[in-house]
Amino acid sequence: MQDLEKYILRIADSTLIISHRLSEWCSKGPTLEEDIALANISLDLLGRANALLEYSAKINGNKTANDLAFRRDDREFYNFQLCEQENGHFGDTIIRQFLYDCFSLLFFQELSKSKDETLSAISIKSLKEIKYHLRHTHNWVIRLGDGTETSNQKIQESLNKIWKFTGEFFETDDVDKKIIENKIGVDNKKLKKDWDSLVDKVLTEAKLKKPEDKDMITGSKEGIHTGLLENILSEMQCLPRAYPDAKW
Amino acid sequence: MNEEVFQKKIDSEQKIEPKDWMPDGYRKHLIRQISQHAHSEVIGMQPEGKWITRAPSLRAKMILLAKVQDEAGHGLYLYSACETLGITREELNEQLHQGKAKYSSIFNYPTLTWADMGAIGWLVDGAAIINQVSLQKTSYGPYSRGMIRICKEESFHQRQGYEIMTQMTQGTAEQKEMAQDALNRFWWPSIMMFGPHDADSPRTGNAMKWKIKRKTNDELRQNFIDKTVGQADLIGLKIPDPDLKWNEERGSYDFGEVDWDEFWNVVNGNGPCNKQRLNHHRKAHKDGEWVRDAIKAYAEKHK
Repeated sequence: MQDLEKYILRIADSTLIISHRLSEWCSKGPTLEEDIALANISLDLLGRANALLEYSAKINGNKTANDLAFRRDDREFYNFQLCEQENGHFGDTIIRQFLYDCFSLLFFQELSKSKDETLSAISIKSLKEIKYHLRHTHNWVIRLGDGTETSNQKIQESLNKIWKFTGEFFETDDVDKKIIENKIGVDNKKLKKDWDSLVDKVLTEAKLKKPEDKDMITGSKEGIHTGLLENILSEMQCLPRAYPDAKW
Repeated sequence: MNEEVFQKKIDSEQKIEPKDWMPDGYRKHLIRQISQHAHSEVIGMQPEGKWITRAPSLRAKMILLAKVQDEAGHGLYLYSACETLGITREELNEQLHQGKAKYSSIFNYPTLTWADMGAIGWLVDGAAIINQVSLQKTSYGPYSRGMIRICKEESFHQRQGYEIMTQMTQGTAEQKEMAQDALNRFWWPSIMMFGPHDADSPRTGNAMKWKIKRKTNDELRQNFIDKTVGQADLIGLKIPDPDLKWNEERGSYDFGEVDWDEFWNVVNGNGPCNKQRLNHHRKAHKDGEWVRDAIKAYAEKHK
């Protein structure tokens, strides 16, 4: 696999998998309005995943975006393990999404400056959506954090539980290094400081305590997952796998 | 006196607006009809929502997700229209959970294969459009305006459903079989969506006089069948009604009798998925309680 193909696939996979998780909320939201909002965010992410998968497939030359989404095994998926974590209760989902939105904002801001025109164009379009997503999750973190005692407690636990998965946002490996050197990719390590201050500001306003960076989980760049991805893929890929000759 | 002015307005095709005087019966009929419609949109998210995570292509997934999101939006317009009649969302939800308010029985049938997404779009949304197009002219202003918006989106839903069916009938033998099977299961329940025969529909009289309904159940049903038969022929599917036959004289299709025992059985809560659908809705509502409490508490603190 070419480095650029893999680099794009990693971004696409995180987007696709977190979109899948959000789509699981359909008809289960705490209000009808929120049901619509979560579906909307999921749809934006799915559109972005589709654009990225198409670009990765184009570089590959022998595969389609659908092949990449529906015909790969979990060991060939490179999404952040944060994205595959279960929806849990509404607070768990909101915290997961908020942390990812903060990262996405900073990441796509940098990627929009990429020398690669396709990546830059996808990033510029994505940024418009991400700003809206972040406004949405930011508002929820504050309302749940500073709502009732129960909501504060619940969302603090959500934060504590998922924190160890945020370390992967800021990792770089040899593939990244080459792409960064070519001025195509983003040096994720450099995003950590801004991400911390973005997150800190909201958590303070929400009366939540930021967990320590401790026992951070790693491995997604090598296709290592928490076991939850398997369940997602067995559902997501069931039809193309069961009927390999069918056209949908 | 009031009643006379009201009926004159209706007869001269003027819309009734929330602050206008209206007979109690008119208000009650509208609350029942609009809330039933709103609940149908919301409960209808479940059988289709199940397939969003299983959609077989990225395009199919995007379309289905957008579609189900639209349904939620329709629910929202309709709840808002209903609220203008002096009832709250909480009360409407309560009525649904207690089984006092109904929703379309079609959603009490399970969705078993991907072809069911096609059948729902094509037949269920197709039947809904026939009804909703006529309701664009309903006499109550907020309901009429809601219907005009909803109709624009529903025609996209019907097309996407027909597209799935077409794709399936042009696919492998297994896909064709799934398409025919979906039609076999959803045909009669779709026909039932228009409700009982006019003669067995006691509220039709007032609803027509007040121009809440513009066409009767039987007229709408005939209209749907006449439109749909040709579409089935075009993609090589067979409608599961041995009595279906073109009647030259009437310029319409004759068709077999609906199994009204099944219809009433499902309406009365004994369909395959009635309990599942309501329990799902109740559970989501209950699970979200702490979230709604938090919003209220936050708003209270930051007045």
